[in-house]
Amino acid sequence: MANTTDNKLKRKGMGAKASRRLSNFVIYVILILITVIWLFPFFGIVMESFKIDTQAMDGELFPKQWGFDNYIRLFKETDFIKWFINTAIMGVATAVFQTFFVLAMSYTLSRLRFKGRKALMNLMLILGMFPGFLTMILIYKVFSDLGLTMQMAPVGLVIVYCASSGMGYYVSKGFFDTIPKTLDEAARVDGATRWQVFYKVIMPLSGSIIIYTILMGFMAPWGDFMMASYIIHENSAGMSVAVGMYEWLSKTMLNSHYTMFCAAGVVVAIPVVAVFLALQKYYVEGVTGGAVKG
Amino acid sequence: MKQLSDLAYLKLNKFQRFWYNFLMFLAAIPRWFVGLCKRIGRAVADFFIDIKDGILDIGRTFKQGNWAVKLSFLIFGMGNLYYGQIMRGLFFLLFEVIFIVYMILPSGGIHWLSKGNWFQTGATIGNQQGHLEYDPIYDTDKWIPGDDSVKVLLYGLLTIIFIIAFIWTWRLQIKQCRICMDITAKGKKIKSGKEDLKSLLDDQFHKTLLSLPVIGILAFTVLPIIFMVLVAFTSYDAAHDGYSNLFSWVGLEHFNELFDFGQGGLGLAFGEILSWTLMWSFFATFSNYFLGMFVAIMINKKGIKLKKFWRTVLVMTIAIPQFVSLLYVSKMFDSSGIIGELIRDMGWLPQSMVDAHQYSLWANPTSAKILLIVINIWIGIPYIMLMATGILMNIPADLYESSRIDGASPWQQYTRITLPYMLFVTGPYLLTSFVGNLNNFNVIYLLTGGEPLNTEIGSAGGTVVGHTDLLITWLFKMTLGSTDSRYYMASIVGILIFVVCAVLSLIVYNVIPSTKNEEDFK
Repeated sequence: MANTTDNKLKRKGMGAKASRRLSNFVIYVILILITVIWLFPFFGIVMESFKIDTQAMDGELFPKQWGFDNYIRLFKETDFIKWFINTAIMGVATAVFQTFFVLAMSYTLSRLRFKGRKALMNLMLILGMFPGFLTMILIYKVFSDLGLTMQMAPVGLVIVYCASSGMGYYVSKGFFDTIPKTLDEAARVDGATRWQVFYKVIMPLSGSIIIYTILMGFMAPWGDFMMASYIIHENSAGMSVAVGMYEWLSKTMLNSHYTMFCAAGVVVAIPVVAVFLALQKYYVEGVTGGAVKG
Repeated sequence: MKQLSDLAYLKLNKFQRFWYNFLMFLAAIPRWFVGLCKRIGRAVADFFIDIKDGILDIGRTFKQGNWAVKLSFLIFGMGNLYYGQIMRGLFFLLFEVIFIVYMILPSGGIHWLSKGNWFQTGATIGNQQGHLEYDPIYDTDKWIPGDDSVKVLLYGLLTIIFIIAFIWTWRLQIKQCRICMDITAKGKKIKSGKEDLKSLLDDQFHKTLLSLPVIGILAFTVLPIIFMVLVAFTSYDAAHDGYSNLFSWVGLEHFNELFDFGQGGLGLAFGEILSWTLMWSFFATFSNYFLGMFVAIMINKKGIKLKKFWRTVLVMTIAIPQFVSLLYVSKMFDSSGIIGELIRDMGWLPQSMVDAHQYSLWANPTSAKILLIVINIWIGIPYIMLMATGILMNIPADLYESSRIDGASPWQQYTRITLPYMLFVTGPYLLTSFVGNLNNFNVIYLLTGGEPLNTEIGSAGGTVVGHTDLLITWLFKMTLGSTDSRYYMASIVGILIFVVCAVLSLIVYNVIPSTKNEEDFK
């Protein structure tokens, strides 16, 4: 849109400076519009959470009466704290194990050469085309025999999130590919073993990708609904926030839990957004690096 | 179709080029197919040659080896022990002992394999049906457990894998005997156990690093997928859950049901869902791609201030967990939600929808689909924006400089420089993102849950189908519910999702003319 205005102005014979100023003005208008659209739902959810005159949807943006009732109810009357702690623990555990799995896989595929490397990558490419959820039917059956579902679901879910996470090696492999090979060679000539090259040469250079992997692992349990709802199987003690709060919007509970859902949403979003924005720089590096590498 | 020379190709315009590439792709299919057959044939031939060589090598080893090597054909690791590789030898020996004990235990490998009735259409998996029996002590019926088909199938599969591993290990330790013989013949020293361990951090470091991730993938992806592929040929569902009711092998019966377009078949439902899935992926991918790029260009334009602020605003949709934002947005457009009510009160709903008592955009199939794509833009643009920002910075600035001197308009700069560069760099990403959208469970399930329900084909074969259901949400719904879950159909749908993804990937990798575009660009 900005570009076409640019053209029209040129035909009218206005100066280049004035035309640029106008196109910048149009861009600002669009960006402000985007900001409003993007933040409106988040503003709405915060407003909703302060409503005390209703517990259902009333089609109003602003509360008629303000108060913290929803938050108080949330902590006093529901299992929300339990769900929140479950999810937080899952987030930390997933971050730790997933980082190890992903880094080990991507480092090996990027910087070591061995028999079967290509075959392994092809295998993972093919496996990636199956919907991951398909594996859950068997995993649920086995886990329920082992007692890793229902109230123990957080443990089972961490295993599910981490076990196959090596298949998501693409982004960090792209990063390792950009570190010059000569570094390894120099260290090898100096007598370092491959373990020492990994641990003393490459890892210190890979801070940003390690943080990116940790961030991805931490965010996974907060956003996952599909696997979690299957493993948890409607057992309140083992729920993650996503599964627990989804229930509140079901047709039977909607009218008594809607504003509380919004309050819970705010409580969930604050820590996750804080972590995310603090590490935003690394996230951006990961996304751009991964995309450019393909 | 004639192959054009480079010069003739460059004379074509964009659409002609695309058309040309497309035709070339079609023309190449027979050739590609022949090539594939040849390659498969060669691979099979190589495989048998390998086996022949292997057998010859094994024979030679047996003939030339001493008593220990000969013994290791029966007892694993004897050769290694003889040559002083105590650790390896004991390891092999232990493996053999475990294998034999596992196989002959009363509830071991042979037991499970014999119960499977493998691939006999009509036969149950497991032989003993659990049943109720009168218990005179408590004067009630008591459940006498029989076989569990799931367990029979799973342990049978594990046993087969174990047998393959056993044969492979047998071959491996004979190969090692051979290596030891060769090394001693040359008068060199054989690696000790200590050196073996050390090499795990050096020459064999990849084994150390890969062991856990690969075991994880084998156990939690490969094994379940093989299992589910087998399930597609059985009658595993809620009524036949394996424990209270054995399920059986049925061959291709359920595949036929999925492609049956008549009454009671799932053909219509499958066709509708597949076409909407492909349509959704297409629009979701490309709307995000172009709009995201557009936003990135705007933010990165020279003279625009607060770049970081605009970016952070957009990134909020990535930071906030999707189930919070999507569920809330879904309710926003509901008939009594903030925006839904506004739309209704202002009378913006089309008359046809009001007549049909559809008071929110979610109630009408067409408007629901459009709204899904629009909301997906809200969710998806930030990713593309971040990615495009990184790529745009990589485009050499002097390209723009010199094109401006030549009198190019910003639009021309965009179509001639920015877009080709972006497409070239992000070609593979577009494919990944298309496949990702194909399986985009969260957006669909949290926004609509597949509704509005499709009443015309709604109850086809007992499975409720919604207008906005994707294959993946359909699969998910088929596994839910204690009375009507149909695992065999879920696994067939899963296999078909795989087929769709694989075919798409093949086409895209063949049509994207990356080499030609690259020269174009330079």
